[in-house]
Amino acid sequence: MMDLLTRRKFLIASGVTGAAGLAAGAITLPLKEIMGTAGEIPPEARILVIVTLYGGNDGLNTVIPFADPAYQKARPELAYKANEVLKLDETTGLNPAMKGFHRMFGEKRLAIVRSVGYPEADRSHFRSMDIWHTAEPKNPGHTGWIGRWLDTVGGDPRLAISFEPVLPPLLAGARSAGATVGSNGLRLPRSYNVKTLAALGTAVDGESPMQARAASCFRDLVGVDELIKEAKEYAEEVKNEQGRGTGTGGQTALDNQLNLVAQCVEAKVATRVFSVSLGGFDTHADEKQPHSALLGILDRGVTAFLDRMAKSEQGKKVVVAVYSEFGRRVKANASDGTDHGAASDVFLVGQRVNGGLYGEPPNLTKLDGGGDIKYSTDFRTIYASVLDRLLIADPAQVLSGWAQSLDKMLK
Amino acid sequence: MAEREKVAHLLRRATFGPTAEEVDAAESAGWEATLSKVLGASDPKLGPPVPSITSDPIDSLPREATGEQREAAGKLRETQTQMIYEWWLDRLVAAGSQLEEKIVFFWHGHWATSIEKVDSPHLMLLQHKIFRQYGQGDFSHFVKAMVRDAALILWLDNQKNSKRAPNENLARELMELFTLGIGNYTEDDVKAGARALTGWTVDRGTGKTRLDSSRYDGGDKTILGQTGKFDADGFVDVLLNRPASPRFIAKRIWYRFASGEEMNEATLHRLVSAYSLGKGLTTLMNAVFTDPAFLESRGQLVKQPVEWAVGAMRQLGIKPSGLAEADRRTLREHLQGMQQTLFRPPSVGGWPSGVTWLTSHTSQVRLRAADFLAGKAASATISKLSAAPEQGRADALARLLVVDAWTPRTRAVLNGAVKDVRKLLALGLISPEYSVQ
Repeated sequence: MMDLLTRRKFLIASGVTGAAGLAAGAITLPLKEIMGTAGEIPPEARILVIVTLYGGNDGLNTVIPFADPAYQKARPELAYKANEVLKLDETTGLNPAMKGFHRMFGEKRLAIVRSVGYPEADRSHFRSMDIWHTAEPKNPGHTGWIGRWLDTVGGDPRLAISFEPVLPPLLAGARSAGATVGSNGLRLPRSYNVKTLAALGTAVDGESPMQARAASCFRDLVGVDELIKEAKEYAEEVKNEQGRGTGTGGQTALDNQLNLVAQCVEAKVATRVFSVSLGGFDTHADEKQPHSALLGILDRGVTAFLDRMAKSEQGKKVVVAVYSEFGRRVKANASDGTDHGAASDVFLVGQRVNGGLYGEPPNLTKLDGGGDIKYSTDFRTIYASVLDRLLIADPAQVLSGWAQSLDKMLK
Repeated sequence: MAEREKVAHLLRRATFGPTAEEVDAAESAGWEATLSKVLGASDPKLGPPVPSITSDPIDSLPREATGEQREAAGKLRETQTQMIYEWWLDRLVAAGSQLEEKIVFFWHGHWATSIEKVDSPHLMLLQHKIFRQYGQGDFSHFVKAMVRDAALILWLDNQKNSKRAPNENLARELMELFTLGIGNYTEDDVKAGARALTGWTVDRGTGKTRLDSSRYDGGDKTILGQTGKFDADGFVDVLLNRPASPRFIAKRIWYRFASGEEMNEATLHRLVSAYSLGKGLTTLMNAVFTDPAFLESRGQLVKQPVEWAVGAMRQLGIKPSGLAEADRRTLREHLQGMQQTLFRPPSVGGWPSGVTWLTSHTSQVRLRAADFLAGKAASATISKLSAAPEQGRADALARLLVVDAWTPRTRAVLNGAVKDVRKLLALGLISPEYSVQ
């Protein structure tokens, strides 16, 4: 069983890479705080759900170039044959576990951007994920791209939330930060009065910054005593059905997270960006089955969520974006697994998506020096499209001047 | 800084949480004597000895084992998993040589191997013994033992790494996370390093590993500018002879024992001078604790949940193995709730640090854990606190928990709770002052 593990495991990775110590402090809000904004979302606003796949998803066995002889040759044991894949066209198919995605592709609701990456691919989980979170490939800093967007729209943490105990760096801005929303059936022991606890949060002069930070956690506790009365229970943590990758984070059940997102969207809460995740993709050996099982979890979770979303006007404004920190090496290793790679696929799916295949298909005969797929679409191009079309923001302002976007992918 | 505050700071960092009596003794002995005691030879009070598991119950079953035998072996493995966890927690609380335990805990987080994937308490314990045997000695002996360690090999798939097509997982993490740090090697080095690590096989039943020459790539490799027929040991030698290696280890140690803030170059230089190859960790730890920046580092580390809970148990007089089974389970769940379970680090990157532990979510979990621990405090602890007059109880609590001083904010909160001594204790445990060290 995978105990209580969340993004926390992955993010900041104990400072190994010196990564994003969040610039602005994160707060945890009760779900009630979010539900309290019911009806507040502007009628024209669209909603973004970001799904992070932790561990490096093998893009080549997700969106499969089955007709490419180089694909079959590079990974004979791992490769899917033409008759196994769910075909998207004459040369490309989805992993057999992705039946829902396949259906949505047929319904023109799924856009697949291929060969997405950034210059000088980094093959460290931690550094590469920092890069995707910060959208700063050269030198990942301390703010995330959604956090910087939040800075530009006033910084209300309720606009960008995550349902895991620790804030993913992408939600941290320079002056503001999104919120984590809890909690998982927490309750305060009866004899403790919330006011007493909140008093521990009073700021005092002369404390070390860490001690002040510890104190600030108590300020956010106000209202938490009521939390349990109204929050719909969701499974706290789940059995790990997500394969046996070297742990790299993201183990709170995806469907539970999406279920909460669905409740929020249907209530028309003010939140514009939801961050959810699925972990376990760091497989290096005997990975065909476990990888496919993980894609099945992704497929079922996202498909059920979007089918539910399709039933309401509000839900039709939702777009789900799925990415991972890198893809995998084209050539299998001797263990019927793959090592850390570079460019991979990004999915966008929802009613506001113009479905289809975008970007260049991976060129398996012109690999980079490491034997990895070269990127042909910079991931910031996708971020820019999302900022432009979904969040109605100026991409250049959020992405340090990056303005190029993928036209027409989003309605 | 007053002598008491100085030694208290040292003991908070070199132990899992000193008791008031330990600080008293240190204060009268003085800084120098305390430091040599901390760094000195093993305290005879070791705590419960490392348990013995001779093989994995499932992996050592004969092929023809019956379903019943398999089921029994599965149960035994579960029991062993719980046993090694409870043993270690108990040892952390009981051990006299606290720094030694803290270093073992540090290496556990450094090599960050989880039973989640290794799936064998026997193999986890074998790795744990390496931390104890080599963790304070010559780093090159240690790393060479680790690249042969069954648990690490399985955790990073190195048993699959063969000449035919290498698996890079261990080679990459060995450079990125264990010896050099990111930016100090190239992708070509990863590939060549992986070849040097080829050929190792693991017997999951016994935990023995060996090099299978038919799967080993004996050819020339160029790693970090050096070319040779490097094997695992040769690769380790190349890595540890890089100037980046002692810098990396010194930074990791400083980061966990001194401060999470940016390290100044002068301090780093001093630590690296104290820690060249062939020297053990003691000279490095001595350099850490005697560095001028160390005394400036009060309050700059957030207690990890295990540090927090073990320290609290030492101070409150709780012996985990003395708890009833249901309470031991509750204790385990609380630590799990705070997201730190021994033998189960979350990822190859190890345990989080600093602000990551500080969210209102974790404060809530910690409050429940504190309430539980306060409820289990030894009666002697409770009587001692109760013996203090009400207006002096907050100070008595500060002494008990080795907090230098309460802020007026916390003192006000504590003063409102002096009538209920267990609640007072719990509030002290969750206070911002006690959350950092």
